[in-house]
Amino acid sequence: MTEFVSGQAQSASGQAQSAFRQAHSDIEHELPAVAPLLIRGAAPYGEDAVDVLLADGEIVAIGTDVVNHPAADGAEVIAGAGLILLPGLVDLHAHLREPGGEDAETVASGSASAALGGYTAIFAMPNTEPTADTAGVVEQVLRLGHEVGLVDVQPIGAVTVGRRGTQLAELAAMASSAARVTIFSDDGHCVADPLLMRRALEYVKAFNGVIAQHAEEPRLTVGAQMHEGVVSARLGLGGWPAVAEEAIVARDCLLAEHVGSHLHMCHVSTAGSAELIAAAKARGTHVTAEVTPHHLLLTDSAAEGYDPVNKVTPPLRPQVDVDALRRALADGVIDVVATDHAPHARQDKETEWAAAKPGMLGLETALSVVVAAMVETELLDWRGVARVMSENPARIGSLTDHGRPIAVGEPANLVLIDPVARWTVHAAEMASLSQNTPFDGMELPAQVVHTFLRGRATVRDGVIAGGAL
Amino acid sequence: MTSAQTTPEETSPQRQDTVIRGDQAADCQADLDRGYAELPRHLICASDLTRGAAIAILDTAERIDQAIAGREVRKLPTLRGRTVVNLFYEDSTRTRISFELAAKRLSADVINFSAKGSSVSKGESLKDTALTLQSMGADAVVIRHSASGAPQRLTNWIKGTIVNAGDGTHEHPTQALLDAFTLRRHLVGGAAGGNATAGGGAGGSTSAGNSVEDRIGRGLDGKRVVIVGDILHSRVARSNVTLLHSLGAHVTVVAPPTLLPVGIEAWPCDVSYHFDTALEGVDAAMMLRVQNERMDGAFFPTPREYTRGYGLDLRRRALLAPGAIVMHPGPMNRGMEIAPAVADGEGSVVTEQVANGVTVRMAVLYLLVSGEGADRV
Repeated sequence: MTEFVSGQAQSASGQAQSAFRQAHSDIEHELPAVAPLLIRGAAPYGEDAVDVLLADGEIVAIGTDVVNHPAADGAEVIAGAGLILLPGLVDLHAHLREPGGEDAETVASGSASAALGGYTAIFAMPNTEPTADTAGVVEQVLRLGHEVGLVDVQPIGAVTVGRRGTQLAELAAMASSAARVTIFSDDGHCVADPLLMRRALEYVKAFNGVIAQHAEEPRLTVGAQMHEGVVSARLGLGGWPAVAEEAIVARDCLLAEHVGSHLHMCHVSTAGSAELIAAAKARGTHVTAEVTPHHLLLTDSAAEGYDPVNKVTPPLRPQVDVDALRRALADGVIDVVATDHAPHARQDKETEWAAAKPGMLGLETALSVVVAAMVETELLDWRGVARVMSENPARIGSLTDHGRPIAVGEPANLVLIDPVARWTVHAAEMASLSQNTPFDGMELPAQVVHTFLRGRATVRDGVIAGGAL
Repeated sequence: MTSAQTTPEETSPQRQDTVIRGDQAADCQADLDRGYAELPRHLICASDLTRGAAIAILDTAERIDQAIAGREVRKLPTLRGRTVVNLFYEDSTRTRISFELAAKRLSADVINFSAKGSSVSKGESLKDTALTLQSMGADAVVIRHSASGAPQRLTNWIKGTIVNAGDGTHEHPTQALLDAFTLRRHLVGGAAGGNATAGGGAGGSTSAGNSVEDRIGRGLDGKRVVIVGDILHSRVARSNVTLLHSLGAHVTVVAPPTLLPVGIEAWPCDVSYHFDTALEGVDAAMMLRVQNERMDGAFFPTPREYTRGYGLDLRRRALLAPGAIVMHPGPMNRGMEIAPAVADGEGSVVTEQVANGVTVRMAVLYLLVSGEGADRV
């Protein structure tokens, strides 16, 4: 049995600037090609346990006699008994903050968070500084992701210049750039102008693009701080009504139907939105939708105490919405769980509620939260988890190497999960540069043990693999 | 006339001094003791106060009023050596002066900290300001802030007592206490109902024409109060609905639907859009100020239409029960939510509310800061 080694990211990364990378710069050294890995006795999708052999970045054998495969000779063995094997997770919605917000997160720290959360691919939202609204910026983000090498970082391009909602960005240039952008979003802002939204939906048809909409009618959320309802009435915080989201969901489903384009609804948060999307799908509209882990577990009562760690857009909603979102995800009305991982520097959260920036960490806790909200409640089985956290997001984002079946010849992008482990979230111990997790101190089920990107371990035994950087 | 240099033992309105008469004295005393034991560490919102704790504050205010009445130097030494910081992020001369006067009459050292910028406007962060005050050894911080929840946040960073002097559109609990104090003086006790005097003196214990002892230990059970105006944005309304309900009063809030919050159905009060109907036979009408910015915010078409629907004029004044009072937390928009003839007329207790504010805030600071309240760090 050989010593475990991992491949080395190609990058020289001399200009790496983040604290995260500097902290790991001592482990950069030349390594041979990835050695074969033999995962013994893990259960794909939680079903019958088998052996899985990874070599040359692919799954080369699956079954009970895998040890007789030629590549198994000299392979490092990974004990998989009791663990569940899923395709590596794919996040359609992460804020990596680089360039411009490196005190909150970098591509390196965000990639580490993702790998620890079981992800092998993540989509980076374009609300950086400068905005990722040109081929140059999306290629920069792509390159940073390659250099880190812990997950595939796929940039999302802005729909409008500077996300200001007035003029289309050069969408085709981003699509044909090295970053091969297929999803466009002004996330954080809504493309509120209905004519501009129509044009965006139409325009991206030329290159099979998707417009991912942040549904928020801005005139209905002036001064909004939290969900408008019983709790906001008592706390005296400005209300963010469900209708502000649903009005845009309804409008854009109709627009997408009218122009025959692909609309993706970001972070759906209300029962009404789920109903509207179900109705649009029933009519044949090409609309897909995502829900965040926090909207599946937390409610607006989290605002009690005014700790802005619970401030997020769209806001946490009442239990009736949480229940409806869970059902919609189980029924396939909502296609995807996406984290909306939104790191914020401490000074932007240690404030009055109204002054705090909205957003929550998500990458390192998403799988566990989905298990708590969907698996333990028997709304989803592990095949369902693979569908909503890997297969569907990869398909919506046109990633051909991710979200694939666990089968011979497929890319070895995989995650091994301990389904019975329970762990307590500690904000201070996260790989993220920020600590704004609403789950701090909470005990959650299921733990990511190993993550593999193209047959190379990025996470071993719950920590970033030595030499993975 | 007592000298100003008396000792705390002589003049502090200790609860042991509370004189209870009558057959139910023992029960009453037990209730009162429990009320004092239930006092919170901080006063952030009206729901921090149980009925007992609220009555304890009102009773203490009465005793303070008695202790000070007729004295040449209207000052008690109870908070000598303590530091009270008035941390005001919003201009509010009246509330700041009221707290300042209350603290000074308890012989506390008072620091006024007017923070022009807040972290909203990129000034010093609330946390850094809090840590500064903490380092200076503030025993109590009285905070007024434009952000709902700012006083609650402060409790994470300061060891001393936090008193909310109004936070955003959330609460203003001392305003509710002074309103409850004023209501009790006029509506509770042997002679209450017909003897309410307009205007009121600055804290004279007989200003309402009934005996202090008749209302000590009592709530506002069965009294009917309407609160009228911009309920949506009003911290005064939020605190009053909760506190007056705790004290047993029946509250109806009245406003055009645009000025009522979604979710108000969970409040312990009735809601009405119709002022005339809601006014019939009530014991008190509390009018709220309509802020200038609401007038341009499409909450209602014109100030004139608002006044027609929700202004208290002499015709509507006549709908109240005999002996009813008219309240306003100030500052008033005369001619807008209240007609001058009503503001200055019979049963108007607006200036008395101001005087009572000082007394009630003395009681709050005394009970929470001197350690008469719950166990302290």
